[in-house]
Amino acid sequence: MKNKKNNWLSRASALLLPLLLLAGRALAQATTTAADQPEMADALRASGKIYVVVLVIVIILSGLLVYLVRLDRKVSQLEREVEGR
Amino acid sequence: MKWWKYLTIGLLLYTAVMGLLGHVPRLAILNETERNLYFHVPMWFGMTILLLVSVVNSIRYLREPSLRLDTLAHESAKTGIMLGVLGLLTGSLWARYTWGTWWTTDVKLNCAAVTMLIYAAYLVLRGAVQDEQQRARLSAIYNIFAFAAAIPLLFIMPRMASASLHPGMGGNPGFSKYDLDSAMRLVFYPAVIGWTLLGVWITELACRFAFLKEKVYEKQEKQLA
Repeated sequence: MKNKKNNWLSRASALLLPLLLLAGRALAQATTTAADQPEMADALRASGKIYVVVLVIVIILSGLLVYLVRLDRKVSQLEREVEGR
Repeated sequence: MKWWKYLTIGLLLYTAVMGLLGHVPRLAILNETERNLYFHVPMWFGMTILLLVSVVNSIRYLREPSLRLDTLAHESAKTGIMLGVLGLLTGSLWARYTWGTWWTTDVKLNCAAVTMLIYAAYLVLRGAVQDEQQRARLSAIYNIFAFAAAIPLLFIMPRMASASLHPGMGGNPGFSKYDLDSAMRLVFYPAVIGWTLLGVWITELACRFAFLKEKVYEKQEKQLA
């Protein structure tokens, strides 16, 4: 059981690490602004509040995906029980 | 859990983060709403693929009837329809703030709406027939008609039209390849794969649940007999 949990944690961190690295690169890109060009949400990016939005979406998406994963495991367990595997 | 489900999770989280933080070109009118491309367009990709899966299983059912194939066709159609409805809703919202209206008599919009109505009738038909085998056979035949109507409506009619507000005139009806710059491609393709896989995942779960239900009922009947 403990082994299973460790496995789960290492998988989760393997997923999250590249994401964090990418977010860092995006931070470096987001600093350019231009006055004459079409208006973009530059202030939202400059103030850093865009990260609040990103985090909220990531939390909601993670919650939904965790729910789906748990549902998947429950169905797998039920399959083992019903089919006697 | 299978490997592609971890891939789904990774791709969707990547889409959410890079979809908002990644670089997009500065375009008039669209402005930041351009990022909808990572969410609105993949719905239609996912829908098309799931409806294709559905019609393939319907044809397989007609060749060799089994409850399993009927379930596969029904569940993939349901997920496909859900993705299509989400595509319509997000498209309508996006249109409101870029074209200034929730809906307009545009060939792409109307044809997509007609497609969803044709598929809604598939669900109505299934609900209207009580006998299991009759329902499976009727809906399999209707599903072929629905798919045969959907493909021209979504991919041929828009190409024949002379004008459309929707991007992708004269080429792919969904969007123009010139809309995408190289930075957007790096998010767009993973987004399409991720959202499509999510649809496949939900369909897979729904099918496994339906198979289980069938097995449990079978067991109960055996016990009673």
